[in-house]
Amino acid sequence: MTTHSLPASLAEIVDDFQALTEPERLQLLLEFSRELPELPDRLKDHPELLEQVVECQSPLFLTIETEKHDAGSAGAIRLYFKAPPEAPTTRGFAGVLHEGLDGLSAAEILAVPDDMPELLGLTRAITPLRMRGMTAMLGRIKRKVAASSRLHS
Amino acid sequence: MSYPVEENEKFAAYARPERLVSTEWLAAALGSGAVADGKLVVVESDEDVLLYETGHIPGSVKIDWHTDLNDEVTRDYVDGKAFAALAAAKGISRDSTVVIYGDKSNWWAAYALWVFTLFGHEDVRLLDGGRDKWIAEGRDLTTETSAPASGDYPVVERNDSPIRAFKEDVLAHFGKPLIDVRSPEEYTGQRTHMPAYPEEGALRGGHIPTAASIPWARAAAADGTYRSRDELEALYLGEAGLTAGDDVVAYCRIGERSSHTWFALKYLLGFDTVRNYDGSWTEWGNAVRVPIVKGAERGSVPA
Repeated sequence: MTTHSLPASLAEIVDDFQALTEPERLQLLLEFSRELPELPDRLKDHPELLEQVVECQSPLFLTIETEKHDAGSAGAIRLYFKAPPEAPTTRGFAGVLHEGLDGLSAAEILAVPDDMPELLGLTRAITPLRMRGMTAMLGRIKRKVAASSRLHS
Repeated sequence: MSYPVEENEKFAAYARPERLVSTEWLAAALGSGAVADGKLVVVESDEDVLLYETGHIPGSVKIDWHTDLNDEVTRDYVDGKAFAALAAAKGISRDSTVVIYGDKSNWWAAYALWVFTLFGHEDVRLLDGGRDKWIAEGRDLTTETSAPASGDYPVVERNDSPIRAFKEDVLAHFGKPLIDVRSPEEYTGQRTHMPAYPEEGALRGGHIPTAASIPWARAAAADGTYRSRDELEALYLGEAGLTAGDDVVAYCRIGERSSHTWFALKYLLGFDTVRNYDGSWTEWGNAVRVPIVKGAERGSVPA
Protein backbone atom coordinates (compact mmCIF):
# COMPACT_ATOMS: atom_id res chain seq x y z
CA MET A 1 0.00 0.00 0.00
CA THR A 2 1.29 3.47 -0.83
CA THR A 3 0.03 6.93 -0.07
CA HIS A 4 -1.14 7.38 -3.71
CA SER A 5 -4.67 6.30 -2.90
CA LEU A 6 -4.98 8.74 -0.02
CA PRO A 7 -6.48 12.23 -0.10
CA ALA A 8 -3.71 14.86 -0.08
CA SER A 9 -4.37 15.96 3.49
CA LEU A 10 -4.07 12.42 4.84
CA ALA A 11 -1.11 11.55 2.60
CA GLU A 12 0.75 14.51 4.05
CA ILE A 13 0.19 13.28 7.60
CA VAL A 14 1.33 9.77 6.65
CA ASP A 15 4.48 11.22 5.05
CA ASP A 16 5.17 13.22 8.21
CA PHE A 17 4.94 10.10 10.37
CA GLN A 18 7.04 8.02 8.01
CA ALA A 19 9.83 10.59 7.96
CA LEU A 20 10.30 10.27 11.73
CA THR A 21 11.95 7.79 14.06
CA GLU A 22 9.70 5.67 16.23
CA PRO A 23 9.96 7.80 19.42
CA GLU A 24 9.34 10.92 17.33
CA ARG A 25 6.24 9.32 15.85
CA LEU A 26 4.84 8.88 19.34
CA GLN A 27 5.55 12.55 20.04
CA LEU A 28 3.73 13.52 16.85
CA LEU A 29 0.74 11.39 17.86
CA LEU A 30 0.75 13.20 21.19
CA GLU A 31 0.65 16.53 19.33
CA PHE A 32 -2.35 15.34 17.35
CA SER A 33 -4.05 14.38 20.63
CA ARG A 34 -3.59 17.95 21.84
CA GLU A 35 -4.91 19.44 18.62
CA LEU A 36 -8.16 17.49 18.50
CA PRO A 37 -10.83 20.21 18.43
CA GLU A 38 -13.46 20.45 21.14
CA LEU A 39 -17.00 19.52 20.21
CA PRO A 40 -19.21 22.42 19.13
CA ASP A 41 -21.74 23.39 21.81
CA ARG A 42 -24.69 21.95 19.92
CA LEU A 43 -23.09 18.48 20.16
CA LYS A 44 -21.60 18.94 23.64
CA ASP A 45 -25.06 19.21 25.09
CA HIS A 46 -26.36 16.23 23.10
CA PRO A 47 -24.19 13.18 23.77
CA GLU A 48 -26.92 10.99 22.29
CA LEU A 49 -26.03 12.33 18.84
CA LEU A 50 -22.60 10.68 19.05
CA GLU A 51 -21.82 6.99 18.67
CA GLN A 52 -19.30 5.10 20.75
CA VAL A 53 -16.57 3.13 18.98
CA VAL A 54 -16.35 0.20 21.37
CA GLU A 55 -13.17 -1.25 19.86
CA CYS A 56 -11.13 1.64 21.25
CA GLN A 57 -9.41 0.97 24.58
CA SER A 58 -10.82 4.18 26.02
CA PRO A 59 -14.20 5.77 25.46
CA LEU A 60 -14.36 7.44 22.07
CA PHE A 61 -17.47 8.97 20.58
CA LEU A 62 -17.87 10.34 17.08
CA THR A 63 -20.37 11.63 14.60
CA ILE A 64 -20.40 13.12 11.10
CA GLU A 65 -22.41 15.86 9.45
CA THR A 66 -22.82 16.64 5.76
CA GLU A 67 -22.61 20.30 4.84
CA LYS A 68 -25.26 21.45 2.42
CA HIS A 69 -23.92 22.80 -0.86
CA ASP A 70 -25.37 24.36 -3.98
CA ALA A 71 -27.14 21.89 -6.22
CA GLY A 72 -24.75 19.66 -8.09
CA SER A 73 -21.65 19.84 -5.90
CA ALA A 74 -20.82 17.19 -3.35
CA GLY A 75 -21.31 18.30 0.27
CA ALA A 76 -18.30 18.33 2.56
CA ILE A 77 -18.31 15.82 5.41
CA ARG A 78 -17.54 17.25 8.84
CA LEU A 79 -16.19 14.98 11.57
CA TYR A 80 -16.65 15.38 15.33
CA PHE A 81 -14.88 13.37 18.02
CA LYS A 82 -14.99 13.19 21.80
CA ALA A 83 -12.35 11.38 23.88
CA PRO A 84 -11.13 12.08 27.43
CA PRO A 85 -7.75 13.72 28.06
CA GLU A 86 -6.60 10.63 29.99
CA ALA A 87 -6.75 8.69 26.71
CA PRO A 88 -4.06 10.47 24.65
CA THR A 89 -3.47 7.57 22.24
CA THR A 90 -7.15 7.40 21.33
CA ARG A 91 -7.29 11.20 21.06
CA GLY A 92 -4.21 11.13 18.84
CA PHE A 93 -5.82 8.69 16.41
CA ALA A 94 -8.93 10.86 16.34
CA GLY A 95 -6.76 13.93 15.74
CA VAL A 96 -5.08 12.30 12.73
CA LEU A 97 -8.41 11.32 11.21
CA HIS A 98 -9.86 14.75 11.90
CA GLU A 99 -7.02 16.63 10.25
CA GLY A 100 -6.80 14.13 7.40
CA LEU A 101 -10.48 13.70 6.55
CA ASP A 102 -12.51 16.64 7.85
CA GLY A 103 -14.10 18.64 5.02
CA LEU A 104 -13.55 16.03 2.32
CA SER A 105 -16.31 14.60 0.12
CA ALA A 106 -18.02 11.30 0.87
CA ALA A 107 -16.34 9.72 -2.16
CA GLU A 108 -12.86 10.77 -0.97
CA ILE A 109 -13.41 9.38 2.52
CA LEU A 110 -14.86 6.12 1.23
CA ALA A 111 -11.79 5.63 -0.97
CA VAL A 112 -9.39 5.61 2.01
CA PRO A 113 -8.06 2.05 2.42
CA ASP A 114 -9.31 0.34 5.60
CA ASP A 115 -5.76 -0.50 6.68
CA MET A 116 -4.53 3.10 6.32
CA PRO A 117 -3.61 3.30 10.08
CA GLU A 118 -0.79 0.82 9.46
CA LEU A 119 0.89 3.39 7.20
CA LEU A 120 1.64 5.57 10.23
CA GLY A 121 4.40 3.19 11.29
CA LEU A 122 3.16 3.04 14.87
CA THR A 123 2.18 -0.62 15.09
CA ARG A 124 5.40 -1.76 16.76
CA ALA A 125 5.60 1.14 19.19
CA ILE A 126 1.93 1.06 20.08
CA THR A 127 1.18 -2.66 19.54
CA PRO A 128 -1.37 -4.20 17.17
CA LEU A 129 -4.00 -4.36 19.92
CA ARG A 130 -3.98 -0.60 20.36
CA MET A 131 -3.85 0.05 16.60
CA ARG A 132 -7.09 -1.88 16.26
CA GLY A 133 -8.91 1.02 17.90
CA MET A 134 -7.86 3.39 15.13
CA THR A 135 -8.81 0.94 12.39
CA ALA A 136 -12.23 0.59 14.04
CA MET A 137 -12.59 4.38 14.18
CA LEU A 138 -11.89 4.72 10.46
CA GLY A 139 -14.31 1.85 9.74
CA ARG A 140 -17.04 3.54 11.74
CA ILE A 141 -16.52 6.85 9.93
CA LYS A 142 -16.71 5.14 6.55
CA ARG A 143 -19.88 3.24 7.49
CA LYS A 144 -21.54 6.43 8.67
CA VAL A 145 -20.46 8.32 5.55
CA ALA A 146 -21.77 5.51 3.31
CA ALA A 147 -25.11 5.46 5.13
CA SER A 148 -25.45 9.22 5.00
CA SER A 149 -24.59 9.53 1.31
CA ARG A 150 -27.22 6.90 0.49
CA LEU A 151 -29.64 9.06 2.42
CA HIS A 152 -28.74 12.21 0.53
CA SER A 153 -28.54 10.84 -3.01
CA MET B 1 19.47 -0.31 50.31
CA SER B 2 15.79 -0.24 51.09
CA TYR B 3 14.04 3.02 51.67
CA PRO B 4 12.15 3.19 55.01
CA VAL B 5 8.69 1.63 55.03
CA GLU B 6 5.57 3.72 55.54
CA GLU B 7 3.68 3.22 58.76
CA ASN B 8 0.03 4.14 59.08
CA GLU B 9 -3.07 2.59 60.57
CA LYS B 10 -4.66 1.42 57.33
CA PHE B 11 -1.50 -0.28 56.05
CA ALA B 12 -0.66 -1.77 59.45
CA ALA B 13 -3.75 -3.98 59.22
CA TYR B 14 -2.46 -5.60 56.01
CA ALA B 15 -0.27 -8.71 56.03
CA ARG B 16 2.60 -6.94 54.23
CA PRO B 17 2.27 -3.19 54.86
CA GLU B 18 5.68 -2.57 53.29
CA ARG B 19 4.22 -3.24 49.84
CA LEU B 20 2.16 -0.02 49.76
CA VAL B 21 2.96 3.66 50.02
CA SER B 22 0.51 6.56 50.18
CA THR B 23 0.55 9.68 48.05
CA GLU B 24 1.52 11.74 51.14
CA TRP B 25 4.46 9.44 51.79
CA LEU B 26 5.66 9.63 48.20
CA ALA B 27 5.32 13.41 48.09
CA ALA B 28 7.42 13.66 51.27
CA ALA B 29 10.01 11.22 49.89
CA LEU B 30 10.27 13.25 46.67
CA GLY B 31 10.59 16.42 48.71
CA SER B 32 13.48 14.92 50.64
CA GLY B 33 15.36 14.22 47.42
CA ALA B 34 15.03 10.42 47.54
CA VAL B 35 14.62 10.12 43.78
CA ALA B 36 17.30 12.64 42.98
CA ASP B 37 19.88 10.70 45.00
CA GLY B 38 18.83 7.35 43.50
CA LYS B 39 17.46 5.70 46.66
CA LEU B 40 13.98 5.52 45.25
CA VAL B 41 12.85 4.90 41.68
CA VAL B 42 9.29 5.86 40.78
CA VAL B 43 7.81 4.01 37.80
CA GLU B 44 4.62 4.88 35.93
CA SER B 45 2.86 2.04 34.13
CA ASP B 46 -0.39 2.80 32.31
CA GLU B 47 -2.76 1.24 29.90
CA ASP B 48 -2.40 4.18 27.50
CA VAL B 49 1.11 4.26 26.04
CA LEU B 50 1.13 8.09 25.81
CA LEU B 51 -0.39 9.00 29.16
CA TYR B 52 2.98 9.37 30.91
CA GLU B 53 4.00 11.94 28.27
CA THR B 54 0.99 14.13 29.07
CA GLY B 55 2.35 14.64 32.60
CA HIS B 56 3.88 12.38 35.26
CA ILE B 57 5.22 12.48 38.81
CA PRO B 58 8.47 14.48 38.74
CA GLY B 59 11.45 12.19 38.32
CA SER B 60 9.38 9.11 37.47
CA VAL B 61 10.25 6.81 34.59
CA LYS B 62 7.85 4.99 32.28
CA ILE B 63 7.55 1.26 31.75
CA ASP B 64 5.00 0.10 29.19
CA TRP B 65 3.40 -3.29 29.85
CA HIS B 66 3.22 -4.10 26.16
CA THR B 67 6.43 -2.82 24.66
CA ASP B 68 8.78 -3.18 27.64
CA LEU B 69 7.59 -6.24 29.56
CA ASN B 70 6.29 -8.57 26.85
CA ASP B 71 8.57 -10.42 24.50
CA GLU B 72 7.76 -9.45 20.93
CA VAL B 73 8.00 -12.94 19.53
CA THR B 74 7.13 -15.57 22.14
CA ARG B 75 3.92 -15.09 24.06
CA ASP B 76 5.86 -14.57 27.24
CA TYR B 77 7.54 -11.96 29.37
CA VAL B 78 10.99 -10.64 28.57
CA ASP B 79 13.95 -12.77 29.69
CA GLY B 80 16.52 -11.98 32.36
CA LYS B 81 18.83 -10.21 29.96
CA ALA B 82 16.15 -7.92 28.56
CA PHE B 83 14.81 -7.18 32.02
CA ALA B 84 18.27 -6.28 33.31
CA ALA B 85 18.75 -3.93 30.36
CA LEU B 86 15.31 -2.35 30.91
CA ALA B 87 15.85 -1.89 34.64
CA ALA B 88 19.32 -0.40 34.22
CA ALA B 89 18.06 2.02 31.56
CA LYS B 90 15.36 3.20 33.98
CA GLY B 91 17.88 3.83 36.74
CA ILE B 92 16.88 0.74 38.72
CA SER B 93 19.49 -1.34 40.52
CA ARG B 94 18.86 -4.72 42.11
CA ASP B 95 18.67 -3.15 45.58
CA SER B 96 16.58 -0.10 44.56
CA THR B 97 13.28 0.61 46.22
CA VAL B 98 10.81 0.82 43.35
CA VAL B 99 7.41 2.49 43.70
CA ILE B 100 5.01 1.80 40.82
CA TYR B 101 1.87 3.78 40.05
CA GLY B 102 -0.51 3.98 37.12
CA ASP B 103 -3.95 4.74 35.74
CA LYS B 104 -7.23 2.90 36.40
CA SER B 105 -6.71 2.11 40.10
CA ASN B 106 -3.20 0.79 39.43
CA TRP B 107 -4.39 -2.04 37.30
CA TRP B 108 -1.34 -1.91 34.97
CA ALA B 109 0.94 -0.85 37.80
CA ALA B 110 0.03 -4.05 39.67
CA TYR B 111 0.79 -5.99 36.52
CA ALA B 112 4.23 -4.39 36.25
CA LEU B 113 4.82 -5.09 39.94
CA TRP B 114 3.92 -8.74 39.36
CA VAL B 115 6.45 -8.95 36.50
CA PHE B 116 9.14 -7.35 38.73
CA THR B 117 8.30 -10.07 41.25
CA LEU B 118 8.81 -12.80 38.62
CA PHE B 119 12.40 -11.56 38.55
CA GLY B 120 12.57 -11.57 42.33
CA HIS B 121 13.01 -7.83 42.69
CA GLU B 122 12.84 -7.53 46.42
CA ASP B 123 11.64 -4.06 47.27
CA VAL B 124 8.84 -3.09 44.91
CA ARG B 125 5.79 -1.22 46.17
CA LEU B 126 2.53 0.21 44.83
CA LEU B 127 1.40 3.81 45.25
CA ASP B 128 -2.01 3.34 46.88
CA GLY B 129 -4.59 5.11 44.69
CA GLY B 130 -2.18 5.49 41.76
CA ARG B 131 -2.09 8.25 39.21
CA ASP B 132 -5.69 9.38 39.60
CA LYS B 133 -5.38 9.99 43.34
CA TRP B 134 -2.11 11.88 42.89
CA ILE B 135 -3.78 14.14 40.32
CA ALA B 136 -7.03 14.50 42.30
CA GLU B 137 -4.98 15.81 45.21
CA GLY B 138 -3.45 18.46 42.97
CA ARG B 139 0.10 17.16 43.41
CA ASP B 140 2.99 18.04 41.11
CA LEU B 141 3.18 16.71 37.57
CA THR B 142 5.76 17.40 34.92
CA THR B 143 6.21 16.71 31.22
CA GLU B 144 9.98 16.86 31.58
CA THR B 145 11.63 13.63 30.49
CA SER B 146 13.50 11.95 33.31
CA ALA B 147 17.08 11.01 32.53
CA PRO B 148 18.15 8.78 35.42
CA ALA B 149 21.73 7.64 35.85
CA SER B 150 22.02 4.06 34.64
CA GLY B 151 21.22 1.41 37.25
CA ASP B 152 23.29 -1.66 38.01
CA TYR B 153 21.12 -4.70 37.39
CA PRO B 154 22.33 -8.30 37.13
CA VAL B 155 20.87 -10.83 34.70
CA VAL B 156 18.44 -12.78 36.88
CA GLU B 157 16.44 -15.62 35.39
CA ARG B 158 12.73 -15.38 35.99
CA ASN B 159 11.30 -17.68 38.61
CA ASP B 160 7.74 -18.15 37.41
CA SER B 161 6.44 -21.04 39.45
CA PRO B 162 5.70 -19.36 42.82
CA ILE B 163 3.38 -16.69 41.43
CA ARG B 164 2.54 -17.67 37.85
CA ALA B 165 0.21 -20.45 36.74
CA PHE B 166 0.12 -21.99 33.28
CA LYS B 167 -2.85 -23.80 31.76
CA GLU B 168 -1.53 -27.21 32.90
CA ASP B 169 -1.16 -25.85 36.44
CA VAL B 170 -4.78 -24.73 36.40
CA LEU B 171 -5.97 -28.14 35.17
CA ALA B 172 -4.02 -29.72 38.06
CA HIS B 173 -5.44 -27.14 40.47
CA PHE B 174 -9.09 -28.26 40.29
CA GLY B 175 -10.47 -28.80 43.76
CA LYS B 176 -8.65 -25.73 45.06
CA PRO B 177 -10.01 -22.20 44.80
CA LEU B 178 -9.96 -20.08 41.66
CA ILE B 179 -10.94 -16.41 41.46
CA ASP B 180 -12.30 -14.99 38.20
CA VAL B 181 -11.82 -11.21 38.30
CA ARG B 182 -13.55 -10.32 35.02
CA SER B 183 -16.89 -8.55 34.69
CA PRO B 184 -20.07 -10.53 35.44
CA GLU B 185 -20.89 -10.50 31.70
CA GLU B 186 -17.61 -12.18 30.88
CA TYR B 187 -18.01 -14.68 33.75
CA THR B 188 -21.41 -15.86 32.62
CA GLY B 189 -20.32 -16.05 29.00
CA GLN B 190 -22.61 -13.32 27.77
CA ARG B 191 -19.49 -11.70 26.29
CA THR B 192 -15.83 -12.64 25.88
CA HIS B 193 -14.26 -9.23 26.41
CA MET B 194 -14.65 -6.29 28.74
CA PRO B 195 -17.57 -3.97 28.13
CA ALA B 196 -16.37 -1.27 25.71
CA TYR B 197 -13.11 -3.11 24.96
CA PRO B 198 -12.04 -4.83 21.76
CA GLU B 199 -13.07 -8.37 21.04
CA GLU B 200 -9.94 -10.42 21.51
CA GLY B 201 -11.19 -13.51 19.87
CA ALA B 202 -12.06 -16.05 22.55
CA LEU B 203 -14.09 -18.77 20.89
CA ARG B 204 -16.23 -19.55 23.93
CA GLY B 205 -17.67 -17.42 26.69
CA GLY B 206 -17.90 -18.56 30.30
CA HIS B 207 -15.52 -19.32 33.18
CA ILE B 208 -13.17 -21.97 34.52
CA PRO B 209 -15.21 -24.53 36.48
CA THR B 210 -15.53 -23.75 40.22
CA ALA B 211 -14.10 -20.21 39.91
CA ALA B 212 -15.67 -17.60 42.17
CA SER B 213 -16.59 -14.31 40.49
CA ILE B 214 -15.07 -11.29 42.23
CA PRO B 215 -14.55 -8.49 39.67
CA TRP B 216 -11.14 -6.93 40.34
CA ALA B 217 -12.39 -3.37 40.86
CA ARG B 218 -14.34 -4.43 43.94
CA ALA B 219 -11.00 -4.53 45.77
CA ALA B 220 -10.59 -0.80 45.08
CA ALA B 221 -12.37 2.12 46.73
CA ALA B 222 -13.78 5.06 44.77
CA ASP B 223 -10.47 6.94 45.03
CA GLY B 224 -8.54 4.00 43.55
CA THR B 225 -6.93 2.92 46.83
CA TYR B 226 -7.21 -0.65 48.06
CA ARG B 227 -10.11 -1.34 50.38
CA SER B 228 -9.37 -1.89 54.05
CA ARG B 229 -8.36 -5.30 55.38
CA ASP B 230 -11.84 -5.85 56.83
CA GLU B 231 -13.50 -5.03 53.52
CA LEU B 232 -11.13 -7.28 51.59
CA GLU B 233 -11.77 -10.12 54.02
CA ALA B 234 -15.52 -9.73 53.55
CA LEU B 235 -14.96 -9.98 49.81
CA TYR B 236 -12.50 -12.86 49.53
CA LEU B 237 -13.03 -14.86 52.74
CA GLY B 238 -16.74 -14.13 52.93
CA GLU B 239 -18.10 -13.92 49.42
CA ALA B 240 -15.51 -15.97 47.53
CA GLY B 241 -15.23 -18.48 50.39
CA LEU B 242 -11.44 -18.60 50.68
CA THR B 243 -9.92 -19.79 53.96
CA ALA B 244 -6.52 -18.91 55.40
CA GLY B 245 -3.76 -21.04 53.91
CA ASP B 246 -5.60 -21.72 50.65
CA ASP B 247 -3.62 -22.18 47.46
CA VAL B 248 -5.33 -19.72 45.05
CA VAL B 249 -5.20 -19.02 41.32
CA ALA B 250 -6.59 -15.75 39.92
CA TYR B 251 -7.25 -15.04 36.25
CA CYS B 252 -8.90 -12.54 33.94
CA ARG B 253 -8.56 -12.04 30.19
CA ILE B 254 -4.80 -11.61 29.73
CA GLY B 255 -3.58 -11.49 33.32
CA GLU B 256 -3.57 -7.73 33.93
CA ARG B 257 -6.71 -7.23 36.00
CA SER B 258 -5.91 -10.37 37.98
CA SER B 259 -2.51 -8.90 38.97
CA HIS B 260 -4.46 -6.32 40.97
CA THR B 261 -6.33 -9.13 42.77
CA TRP B 262 -3.12 -11.17 43.11
CA PHE B 263 -1.57 -8.22 44.98
CA ALA B 264 -4.56 -7.96 47.33
CA LEU B 265 -4.55 -11.67 48.14
CA LYS B 266 -0.78 -12.04 48.45
CA TYR B 267 0.27 -8.87 50.25
CA LEU B 268 -2.82 -7.40 51.82
CA LEU B 269 -4.50 -10.60 53.05
CA GLY B 270 -1.31 -12.64 53.34
CA PHE B 271 -2.09 -15.78 51.31
CA ASP B 272 1.29 -17.48 50.80
CA THR B 273 0.47 -19.28 47.59
CA VAL B 274 -1.34 -17.12 45.07
CA ARG B 275 -0.65 -17.50 41.40
CA ASN B 276 -1.75 -15.34 38.50
CA TYR B 277 -2.81 -17.31 35.43
CA ASP B 278 -1.73 -14.84 32.75
CA GLY B 279 -2.87 -17.04 29.86
CA SER B 280 -6.30 -16.35 31.32
CA TRP B 281 -9.44 -16.38 29.24
CA THR B 282 -7.76 -15.62 25.91
CA GLU B 283 -5.99 -18.97 26.31
CA TRP B 284 -8.55 -21.00 28.27
CA GLY B 285 -11.51 -19.86 26.17
CA ASN B 286 -9.76 -21.07 23.02
CA ALA B 287 -7.95 -24.18 24.26
CA VAL B 288 -9.00 -27.56 22.88
CA ARG B 289 -10.68 -29.95 25.34
CA VAL B 290 -10.60 -27.85 28.45
CA PRO B 291 -13.84 -27.62 30.39
CA ILE B 292 -15.75 -24.39 30.92
CA VAL B 293 -18.94 -23.44 32.71
CA LYS B 294 -21.53 -21.06 31.30
CA GLY B 295 -23.90 -18.99 33.40
CA ALA B 296 -23.73 -17.52 36.88
CA GLU B 297 -23.16 -20.79 38.81
CA ARG B 298 -19.58 -21.70 39.70
CA GLY B 299 -20.01 -25.29 38.52
CA SER B 300 -18.31 -28.38 39.87
CA VAL B 301 -14.86 -29.96 39.58
CA PRO B 302 -14.68 -31.71 36.17
CA ALA B 303 -14.65 -35.51 36.38
